[in-house]
Amino acid sequence: MNGPQDLGGQMGFGPVAPEKDEPYFHAEWEKRALGVTLSAGAMGHWNIDESRHARESLHPADYYASSYYEIWIKALETLLKRHGFVTQDELLVGKSLGGNARAKRVLQAEDVPAVLARGGPCNRPVGADARFKAGDRVRTKNFNPEGHTRLPRYARDKVGVIDVVREGFVFPDTNAHGRGENPQWVYTVVFESREIWGEGADPTLAVSIDAWESYLEPA
Amino acid sequence: MSHDHDHDHHHDNELDPMAARVRALETILTQKGLIDPAAIDVIVDTYETKVGPRNGARVVAKAWSDPEFAEWLKRDATAAIASLGYTGRQGEHMQAVFNTPDQHNMVVCTLCSCYPWSVLGLPPVWYKSPPYRSRAVIDPRGVLAEFGVTLPDETKIRVWDSTAELRYLVVPMRPAGTEGWSEEDLADLVTRDSMIGTGLAREAA
Repeated sequence: MNGPQDLGGQMGFGPVAPEKDEPYFHAEWEKRALGVTLSAGAMGHWNIDESRHARESLHPADYYASSYYEIWIKALETLLKRHGFVTQDELLVGKSLGGNARAKRVLQAEDVPAVLARGGPCNRPVGADARFKAGDRVRTKNFNPEGHTRLPRYARDKVGVIDVVREGFVFPDTNAHGRGENPQWVYTVVFESREIWGEGADPTLAVSIDAWESYLEPA
Repeated sequence: MSHDHDHDHHHDNELDPMAARVRALETILTQKGLIDPAAIDVIVDTYETKVGPRNGARVVAKAWSDPEFAEWLKRDATAAIASLGYTGRQGEHMQAVFNTPDQHNMVVCTLCSCYPWSVLGLPPVWYKSPPYRSRAVIDPRGVLAEFGVTLPDETKIRVWDSTAELRYLVVPMRPAGTEGWSEEDLADLVTRDSMIGTGLAREAA
């Protein structure tokens, strides 16, 4: 979706503000926010793509006014409500009002190291050969789906070169919406800055994205 | 690790709105038996004390010291990094990109906050925030200036936008005057920002 998350090339946000000796967390609640988000995700009722889509579906004004852990928590509330684990009334009173929601899995403390060390690989076999090879010229599609996609706006309808053929990966555009993993080949596609930014672009700059095969056409 | 498990509600009035909101979520999910608060403690401890940029610094130092490892890292970063014990969440599919005198590499996620947790830990706030995410792909030199980094005019800049599940680790150039240094000493020169591409390795003191 053309949502607030799609930031590449937007202007007006001001300078980057690196913080010297930045702490991992800026408040105690951020620690709990990280842990609650990962624990709830570990229940296994939604995937990372649905989770990202919940975050980018925040109202743009809300998204830009929120810190990143705030975005996580607001999206987590959406996911928990959508999947029947909490109700709005419960969020308002701050306690369980009953119900019998059962999780597929409950992440226990003793299992955390193994679960984090395992991660969640997204590579999958693809039933067909890769359509493109390194060095091929490709054009990204011009589309504007209302659902989740990982093709940024700045890189749509642009000509680039296949830099690296990766492997098959879960396709976020369907996976985010419960329509299956549908793995596709992924490619690193590199663009000259002028192709993307036009006049005045930094001539020493090249930008690459990682693109699923269906985002690309031969150029 | 210390955490107040007191869920008595009159205390919530003293919390700021986000603290109260997160407390409510944790309370509800715990009461329903859907999460284990002790698991949250372990997650936090993992990313506060165990998984951080020191992991990536060791990878870089080894690549500087051991040409065979560097070659492996170039060819199959996921396996090479796993051989040092760094695996897992947000590091499942790794690619190392090597800075050279001709090309500087910089990593961003314009669409969210994708970051190689297994080697760098949790991302800093600036990495997740709109100023960096918006400008890294259009004005990397301007961004670098805000980090105090100026590259030669002719150096090419390659910006890697992490739009899929690959996670990128920048291998900065080895500082001059470090011949014969131990990997441990070399690792001290490898800053987090140098592995994102918004910094360079520290110079040899």
